[in-house]
Amino acid sequence: MTEQEKGSKSKDSTDPPQSGKDPATDGKKAGTATAHKPPGKTKIIKVPVGYYGVNIAEVEREVPLDEPPALPVNAHLNVIGKPTRRLDGELKVTGSARYTADIQLAGMLYGRMHRSTEAHAEIRSIDLSGALAHPGVRAVHIVSRAIGIAREREDKPRVVEAKVTFDRKVGVPTVKYVGQPIAAVAATTEQAAREACELIKVEYETLPFVIELEDAMKPDAPKVFKGPTEQDGTAGGGGAPKGLPQKGNLRGPETKGMFGGDRGNVETGFSQADVVIENQYRTQIHMHSALEPHGLIADWRDDMLTIYASTQGTSALRGDIASVFDLPKSKVRVITEYMGGGFGAKFGTGNYGIAAIFLSRQAKAPVKFMHDRKEEQTVSGFRPNSFQKLKIGAKKDGTITAIELESYGSGGTALGAGVGWAAQSMYKSPNFASEHYDVLTNQSPGCAFRAPGQPQGIFAVEQSIDELCEKLKIDPMAMRDKIDDNETRREQRKAGAKLFDWSSRKPAGSDAGPIKRGLGMAQGEWPRFVDMNSSCELKLTNDGSIEILSSVQDIGTGIRTVLAQVIAEELGLKPTDITVRIGDTVFPTGPASGGSVTTGSITPAVRKAAYHLKLKMFDLAANSLKCEPEDLQMKEGSIVQKSGGGSITIKKLAKGLSTDQLSVFASRTADYGGFELGDFVGFGRLSSVQFADVRVDTDTGRIYVDRIVAAHACGRPMNPLGIESQINGGILQGISWALYENRHTDKNTGVVMNPNVESYKLIGAKEIPKIDIVLLEEYLGRSATDAGGIGEPAIVPTAAAIANAVYNATGVRINTLPMTPDRVLAALRKGGSK
Amino acid sequence: MASLHEAKAAEATLRVSGPGPMPLTLKINGKTHKLQIEPSETLAETLRTTLGMTGTKVSCDRGTCSACTVWLDGATMCSCMTLTVDVAGRAVTTIEGLASEDGTLHPVQEAFIEKDATMCGFCTPGMVMSCAALLARNSSPTLEDVRTACSGNYCRCGTYPNVFEATLAAAKKGAS
Repeated sequence: MTEQEKGSKSKDSTDPPQSGKDPATDGKKAGTATAHKPPGKTKIIKVPVGYYGVNIAEVEREVPLDEPPALPVNAHLNVIGKPTRRLDGELKVTGSARYTADIQLAGMLYGRMHRSTEAHAEIRSIDLSGALAHPGVRAVHIVSRAIGIAREREDKPRVVEAKVTFDRKVGVPTVKYVGQPIAAVAATTEQAAREACELIKVEYETLPFVIELEDAMKPDAPKVFKGPTEQDGTAGGGGAPKGLPQKGNLRGPETKGMFGGDRGNVETGFSQADVVIENQYRTQIHMHSALEPHGLIADWRDDMLTIYASTQGTSALRGDIASVFDLPKSKVRVITEYMGGGFGAKFGTGNYGIAAIFLSRQAKAPVKFMHDRKEEQTVSGFRPNSFQKLKIGAKKDGTITAIELESYGSGGTALGAGVGWAAQSMYKSPNFASEHYDVLTNQSPGCAFRAPGQPQGIFAVEQSIDELCEKLKIDPMAMRDKIDDNETRREQRKAGAKLFDWSSRKPAGSDAGPIKRGLGMAQGEWPRFVDMNSSCELKLTNDGSIEILSSVQDIGTGIRTVLAQVIAEELGLKPTDITVRIGDTVFPTGPASGGSVTTGSITPAVRKAAYHLKLKMFDLAANSLKCEPEDLQMKEGSIVQKSGGGSITIKKLAKGLSTDQLSVFASRTADYGGFELGDFVGFGRLSSVQFADVRVDTDTGRIYVDRIVAAHACGRPMNPLGIESQINGGILQGISWALYENRHTDKNTGVVMNPNVESYKLIGAKEIPKIDIVLLEEYLGRSATDAGGIGEPAIVPTAAAIANAVYNATGVRINTLPMTPDRVLAALRKGGSK
Repeated sequence: MASLHEAKAAEATLRVSGPGPMPLTLKINGKTHKLQIEPSETLAETLRTTLGMTGTKVSCDRGTCSACTVWLDGATMCSCMTLTVDVAGRAVTTIEGLASEDGTLHPVQEAFIEKDATMCGFCTPGMVMSCAALLARNSSPTLEDVRTACSGNYCRCGTYPNVFEATLAAAKKGAS
C-alpha cells in the first residue's frame, strides 16, 4: 500500500487528529474502553499505558474475547524486553546463513540483462540473433514493459521489428533512462550470459532528455513522458495519488496529506507573525546500497513456480508474480530464508525478476538473476532528491502562526517523490498549506527508502525551527516544549538533553580556533503503521518441539528472535527452545517488512497463537493432572499447578497427543481502541529526538560527527539488543546521507558516473561516532504485545540534527545536502560576516 | 643482445595458463582440494561456485567492500580480486574454517553474537575475518586499531559500533 493510498483511505476518518497529539497517552481517550467497540463478543482488560519510570497507569480496553490477557510492563516479564541474542547469530558469523545469492540449483542457468545506452529514445529494432547463437545461451526474452517507472495514462507500446530466431513484431516501451532493461538472456554460465548480452544489437532513435530536477522544472525542458502519468505503489511506499494534473515534467500539485492537508489560512497566519523565515532546502539522491544485490531465482515447473528472492515481502512478491503471470497464488511459492539488506528497495519483482521467470519458463530450467554492483547503484532504486521552499511565521513567544511548504522531488522516471508530512503534522500551527510536485527526469526509477520522504522534510522543518529559535532567542528545547504537543518527544527531550549535556551548548560560532565545535538537535516522527495481513501457525509436535510458521521475513532486523521471545514468554520457555520457520509463502501470510510495521504487526498474532496453544495444553494437562485448567501455569518447560503439587513437562504432555501435532493458527487483531486512520495507522507516533555533537574544520570544510545521542521509542521494547542495532543503523545511514553520499549523473549523457561503492561515498569504520541511545519504554495499550517499530524513526532526524550542530559550530547554515567540504567552505565564505 | 636472449629464456620458463581449465591444488582451511580451474576464475568464484563454500560473500566484486575477505597465509585479502591459480599451494582460510574442528566458535565470532555485531549478516563473514586477523597480529588492539582493521569492510545495516565493541571484548577475553 502506498503512503498516498493510505492517505486517500483517510477520507473515511472525519476527524483528523491535531498535530502531534497522541491520544494514546491522552488520559481522557485512552481511559475509555467504549471509545471503540470491536466486533463480536468482547471482554474488558486492563493494560498498562504511559512511560515506564514516569507515569504508568492502567486503562481499560474492550477487546475480542479470544485475546490474551493484558501483558504487564517488561519489568514483570522474563523474556520480552530482555536483551536477547539473535537466534541466527551463529549461522551469520560462521557464514552458514544461506542467502539468495548463495543458492545453486541443479541445472541452474544465469540471467543477464542488455540495458539501454540512451537516456531517451525509441527503439527501432532489436537483434537477438547473435546472442542466441552464442554457446551456452538457452533462452532470450524481450522486455515489453519496464516496471518501476510511471505509466502514461494513454499507454500505447510501440511495435518494432525484432530479430529473434525468426523476425517478428514485438511491443517495446520507449527508453527513458540509461540502463533501462531491453532484453535478457539465460545461459549456462554467468560469463556466457554476459558475453551474449553484449551481442544484442539495438537501433535507437534518440530523443532529447533531461537529467536534473531543476532543469526538468523549466517549461521548455524535454518532456520525459508524452502525457500525464500514474503509478501504483508497493508495500514499501512509492506510488502517487491518482489523477493529479501534469504539466510538462511537473506532476501536481498534491495538497492532501495523510494527516489532513491544508488547514486555516496561511495569509492570515503570516500577517499575525512577528517573525517570518523563508528558506530553500535541497537534498540529494540517496542510494540504498545494500550488501546483497537485488536478485531472485525462478524455477518454473508445470505445477508450481518456486522463487528464491532477496525480498522484503515474500507474500507481496507472490501476489505480484501471480498477477503478472496470471497464476493462482497457490501455484507460486516465494522463499526468503536470509536476505542481505533492503532498506525499502526490495519490494516487487523488479525487471530482473520478471525476466528470470520468463527465461525459466522458456528454458525449462531454474534461472538465477542477480544484479551486479553497477546495476545495484544505477537501476535498483533510490531515495528521491528534493527541492523545498519552506516559510514559517511565529510570534515573539515562539507560537507558530503559519507554515507554508512548496516542495518538489524527483524519483527520475518514477512518481512518489514527496517530502513526508513533518511540516503539516509535527508542530502546532493553526494555519498550514502545502503543494508538492513530482518532477520527472530521465533517470532510473526511484523507490521507497527508509522513512520515504520524511528525512527530506525534517531536514527543512527542523533547520527552520532552529533558525526561528535563533531569531527569537529561545532555546531549541524550550521552543519545542511550547510548540510540540507530543508527550513522547517531551520525555525524550528531557532524557536526551541530560545525557547529551545540552546545557553546555554555547552560542553559535563561539569557538575561536579554526576547528569549531557545535551542538544541535532535531526531532522526528513516523506513523505507527500496522499491517493487518499478519498471521502465523504455532505447532507443538509430539516430541515436545515447538515451531512457529509465518511468511514474514527477517531482513536483518531480528524479527526471527523476537517471535521466539514472544512464544517463550507465553510458554515459560527460552527463545532457543523455539524453532522459527519464516520467509516462505507456504506458511501463513505475514507482513511485508517496510514502514517499520513488522514487529508491531506480527507479534500480537504470535502471542495470540501462543496463548491459545497454552490453553489447549492446559486442557490436556488438566485432564491428566485431574485439576482445573485455570489452576495451571507454564514454568520452565512444564505445566505446573498453581495450587502446588502436580506438574507435567511439555515433552511428556506432547508424547500423549492423539495426533502428531497440536496446531494453532492466529491472525492479528485490530488495534485495541481502534485505529487512528483506516485500518493501518495506529494511535501513537514513532517519535524520536536526536542530538549531534560535531566539529567543523573551517580550513578544510570537513565535518566530524563526534557523538550522537538518540532518544527513541517504539512502544514496548521487545529485544533491546536488536532495537539498539537498528537505531545505530538508522543514524549511520543518516550521517552518511548528510555528509558523504551523492550519486552523480552526467547531464549530457544520462550516465551515472559513480556506479560503485568507492566513488559513491559511504560512511565507513573511520567515521563512526560515539552513539548513546535512550530507549523510552512506551506503553500505548494497543495490542497483545504493544510493540512498535524502529527502522524508520532512527534515520529521520539525523541529518537535520547535524545541520543544526554545524550552524551552532560556525554560525552558518548549510541548506543543501550532502554537506561536503566544498559546500561548507562556500557557506563559510558567504556567511563569514555573520 | 644478451637481454633479448635472456628474455627468450625467461619466456620459455613462463607457465602458460589457459585457455581452458587447468589442474591445481588448493589448500583451504587445512584441507587439500584437487581441482580443474579456469585461469580467469577468481578465488571468490571458486569458493562459492565450484566448492559451494558460500560463507565468503561477493558484494562489490571489485575490492571495495571486503565482504569477500579471506586469509592468504594468515593475511586478509579480497578473494574477488585474486585469481585462483595464484593461490595454488598457499594456505587459504575462509569463514568456514575459523571455528575449531569441534565447532567451538572463534572468540571474535562468539563476541559478534554477544554484542549483536550482525544484522542482515551479509557483510559479517568478511567483517569477522578482518577482525579475527587483527587479533591474530595484535592481541591488545585499541579502538583505532579496530577501526583501521575493518576500514575496508562495508556494512550498510550499520553494525560498526557493535563490531568495534565485539572485537575489543574478544581481545580482552583472550588476554585474561
